[in-house]
Amino acid sequence: MADAGRCREVAVLAREGASPEGERHGLWRLAVENPGWGKAVAGQFAMLRPVCFGRELTWARPLSLFGVTPTRVEFFVQVAGRGTAHLAAMNPGDRLVMWGPLGRGFAVEPDTPTLLLAGGVGLAPFAPYIAAHPRPENLRLIFGHRPPLAAYPFAEMAATIQAESFHEEKPGDLDRFTALLRERIAAHAGGLVLACGPRPFLSAVAGMGREAGARVQVSLENRMACGVGACLGCVEKDALGEPVQTCVRGPVFWASELEAFGGGLETSGSREGCTCGN
Amino acid sequence: MRELGVALAGLHLKNPVITASGTFGYGLEFSRYGELAALGGICVKGLSLKPRQGNPMPRVAETACGMLNAIGLQNCGVETFVRDKLPFLPWRDTAVIANLYACAAEEFAELAGVLAAEEGIAALEVNISCPNVRAGGILFGQDPAMAARVTEAVKKRAGTKPVMVKLSPNVTDIAAVARAVESAGADILSLVNTLSGMSVDVFSRRPRLANVIGGLSGPAIKPVALRCVWQVCRAVGIPVVGMGGIASAEDALEFILVGAHAVQVGTANFLRPDFAFHLVEELPPLLERLGVSSWEEFRGGLRVE
Repeated sequence: MADAGRCREVAVLAREGASPEGERHGLWRLAVENPGWGKAVAGQFAMLRPVCFGRELTWARPLSLFGVTPTRVEFFVQVAGRGTAHLAAMNPGDRLVMWGPLGRGFAVEPDTPTLLLAGGVGLAPFAPYIAAHPRPENLRLIFGHRPPLAAYPFAEMAATIQAESFHEEKPGDLDRFTALLRERIAAHAGGLVLACGPRPFLSAVAGMGREAGARVQVSLENRMACGVGACLGCVEKDALGEPVQTCVRGPVFWASELEAFGGGLETSGSREGCTCGN
Repeated sequence: MRELGVALAGLHLKNPVITASGTFGYGLEFSRYGELAALGGICVKGLSLKPRQGNPMPRVAETACGMLNAIGLQNCGVETFVRDKLPFLPWRDTAVIANLYACAAEEFAELAGVLAAEEGIAALEVNISCPNVRAGGILFGQDPAMAARVTEAVKKRAGTKPVMVKLSPNVTDIAAVARAVESAGADILSLVNTLSGMSVDVFSRRPRLANVIGGLSGPAIKPVALRCVWQVCRAVGIPVVGMGGIASAEDALEFILVGAHAVQVGTANFLRPDFAFHLVEELPPLLERLGVSSWEEFRGGLRVE
């Protein structure tokens, strides 16, 4: 088979909370066998379908890479529904079908001041990003969260770079978080801003980046069935209004590439190629 | 059983496994998960004369043992397919079947005309589960006379390409549509397309698809599909390609046992992208276990008292 390593049945190696707090809030670290992946880029993802889904749960679940070593592939999972509940309850030895690494990851520009903006479980892709970055002194992480900080692997990520967290507990907190983001993004005018989190958060960040003149990448988590560009369930519109699949053209996009994130507002010109996004 | 090959009218398949339209992209998306040339056939994503952007999001929803979709036939248009995709498919080894989508009989005919000239196309599959704009949006496939008119129009322009008509299960009498399409000159029938359905979210009080209704596919529909294939196989003399919820080699053989010549696999390609390749490999051992020596012996051999 051509490149059969791309889809394999693998075993779970470990499943644990980042802390008891994490477990209480449905946040888990899941490690599975590495089926022979070579290089993977932070921001890429994999499709995971536990064998226990049987025929009842149809789709695999897309999860961002949290760590890749020669023997393990790690994920940071938040229970959001039935599929992730199954994933978060898997035990060592349980089997799942996995394909990946998929999609395009975050840009790495070693010498550019780079601001990492994470919302909740959107923290996950920044762990491998920080680990692989050649000049971590150029990185700064801002992390907004609702469950307690101890539920996330924030401390280990903050050990090597400048990092600050913001706990959103009551309604007025969101405005203060937004003000903090605006201030930090303004300080990165001309720099690189990378964001992963809920869609309203990404929209706000893209807007602030545009105002500040910073280049912004956003990582999307659109609903998808296949992860390989076939189901057309995850499409976004590009800056020209043409559909593009998030799974193969993303999940990380430049905000300027997408209509929904202000793409096309300041750019013009044509794009060649097939309109179906392949 | 050594010979897995099967002939349907003028369509020759090295094995009876075809990937279903709309679930396998233009084929190339899956080339990293298996050898495309190992498949019996590839039905590509529905093609229209002009590119189409499809419906608003969200347009897929997971359901128990299946999924709903209302993609709205997003596709790159027939010209782009022929120029940028077809040359890269292994069409000498595997039958590439073009799935046609249009809103009027003349458009269907025009599409057939474009594709009839393409050496790499083995057959045309006509999607009649689409609205006839001139007839107020009623689906071609829900009216035997309209289904027959589309079939005739395509057949006239298809040259030597076998014409396969894909039937909708959303009808009162699928055998009546099948007979009408057969009389109009169809060479092959494929069935079933998706079942019309919907899904809603009580928390947001919204439908899970922006289009509100969509097509249900996956293992949930297999009993309905099997019944339709069985009824149609008894009603017509032309070969039938069965589909609807196939997720294992055993599922595939069920359709052949009720009379189908070949099968299409769809939603299972989403369960894992190498599904169709595994299915091709799993058929011979299962046939061996069942003591089947030829398709002719097994096909339509359902024991009904």
